[in-house]
Amino acid sequence: MSDSAKSKTKGVNRRQFMGDMLKTACGVGLMGMGLGFYANKADALPAMAIRPPGALPEDEFLGACIRCGLCVRDCPYDILKLGQLGDDVPTGTPYFTARTGPCEMCEDIPCIPVCPTNALDHSLTDIRDSRMGLAVLVDQETCIAFLGLRCEVCFNICPIRGDAITLEYQHNDRSGKHALFIPVVHSDACTGCGLCEKACILEEAAIKVFPMHLAKGELGKHYRIGWEEKENAGKSLVAPDIEHQYNLPEGVRYDLQGEGLIIESKEDAELPISSNPLDTLNRGLEDK
Amino acid sequence: MAKQLEVGVEAIQAKGWFGAHKWLILRRISQLSILGLFLLPALPGYQSATDAGALASFWNSLLEMWPALENMKVVKGNLAASMTLDVIPLTDPHILLQAILAGVEPHKDAIIGVIIVIGFYLLVSGRVYCSWVCPVNMVTDAASWLRRKLGIKSSSRINRSTRYWMLGMTLILPLITGSIVWELFNPVSMMFRGIVFGLGMAWVLILGIFLFDLLISKDGWCGRLCPVGAFYSLLGSKSPLKVVAAKREQCNDCMDCFVVCPEAQVIKPALKGADKGLGPVILSSNCTNCGRCIDVCAKDVFNFGKRSSDEVGMNNVSDSTAQQH
Repeated sequence: MSDSAKSKTKGVNRRQFMGDMLKTACGVGLMGMGLGFYANKADALPAMAIRPPGALPEDEFLGACIRCGLCVRDCPYDILKLGQLGDDVPTGTPYFTARTGPCEMCEDIPCIPVCPTNALDHSLTDIRDSRMGLAVLVDQETCIAFLGLRCEVCFNICPIRGDAITLEYQHNDRSGKHALFIPVVHSDACTGCGLCEKACILEEAAIKVFPMHLAKGELGKHYRIGWEEKENAGKSLVAPDIEHQYNLPEGVRYDLQGEGLIIESKEDAELPISSNPLDTLNRGLEDK
Repeated sequence: MAKQLEVGVEAIQAKGWFGAHKWLILRRISQLSILGLFLLPALPGYQSATDAGALASFWNSLLEMWPALENMKVVKGNLAASMTLDVIPLTDPHILLQAILAGVEPHKDAIIGVIIVIGFYLLVSGRVYCSWVCPVNMVTDAASWLRRKLGIKSSSRINRSTRYWMLGMTLILPLITGSIVWELFNPVSMMFRGIVFGLGMAWVLILGIFLFDLLISKDGWCGRLCPVGAFYSLLGSKSPLKVVAAKREQCNDCMDCFVVCPEAQVIKPALKGADKGLGPVILSSNCTNCGRCIDVCAKDVFNFGKRSSDEVGMNNVSDSTAQQH
């Protein structure tokens, strides 16, 4: 074989090789883009799927969780499941459903130390500090406490009863003579374990655990709460309100938020106005 | 092409059925027992052992020393990361690498686990994972077998290097998105996890791979596309344990090994390279050390051996291969 023939075949091979490479790279690249876009869409966690305690924020969690299922195995109550292909939960990631199997809030949090990648944050050691979600009393129309019945099941089952859920008494306007015992969730203590949702006696729970971002509102960044700022600074940050002056006769004050009209009568001193309202009403009619 | 329908017949005549399926059977035992370990409780029959008996009293005394054993599985987790008897951690290096690229600082257990796994595969060759551990191997082997039985010849020419591009993709995606994207689709981890934790719709993906290998591309998934296999083949590119065509001069050109081999291109240099001065060791890192060529050869040409026997000759043929993951 001559040199030129050799180089010719070689050239064709090289061209073919480059073409093949390019085709493969393009194919795989397109596929990667497709997977990336699909993953972006598939990563949205449904509202009823709650991550185990200590789980990082969702976008970080999906980069950290290697889908090993060790947390699932070490949960003594077997509440955790791994998302399966076809579920709304990203494939292979752990979650629980509060209504059917809430987190029992183990003191030693066995699901966390086994996590090999810190997707469940190892620095969480007190289960009361976990924020898996937040319980929200979503429906006041069906919650029987609002109907005036004594229920309080969610309050009583709450592992942090009195802090995470309190009962507030309200007047029952319908009966006019009873109290409503209204369960109120406090986000500074609620861990989102879901025991309340599980325990709710309704067909469909009136109190539900949602992921934080669905359960909570957020104030505008610029927003300052005046009385908190005042307390932090120790004084009002704006010029204090001028005390309102009422134009009243001597010896009479007016307390807007308290007793109302105050008559500071000295003993035996003559009142500027009579204590008998009839005198005032009849003023000017005495002679007739 | 009647020849191909009778693959391995000569070997069965020469060595008996078991002799001609030895490595295949060992591999199936390895694959299934690894799966089994993830499903078995650590104390089999403990629940029923309450009504006395020697086993129960033994279990009870064991439980007193190690209360955690109750309700414990022999191995917890799955191939991504596991914990054997609460002592030995194992972590998959490909998945952990994706997590690290997504910005994770792995925990101590994960690091120990990944060192053990990498060390093991450096020793026995990376793609031992594919043929001795990976559950998808059973699916693709079945597709390959059916393909031979049905005499399906057509095969689309997907470049064998595609898997390395796929591997690159699986590593770039977490870098860009900060999320382990490949694990949403990875049929390898999905099948294993599915069997251990619940399959969901993953069977569609597995069926897809089966049909792809059967109808579209011969050994297409494992040999051309799978990035997990590509990762492990890079990992084991310098491993000492190799298949050696030690008695290649006895080869009678029956071609059975080329037919059964999922990476048939790796055999030729070792088997037929004597004229070109090539050694008898199958050096390609794409060889999965499955041992089917050893099984199917009536002339006992192949054997497990050391990579170093490529230079020093054909001595030192070692028959041992560690199957435990």
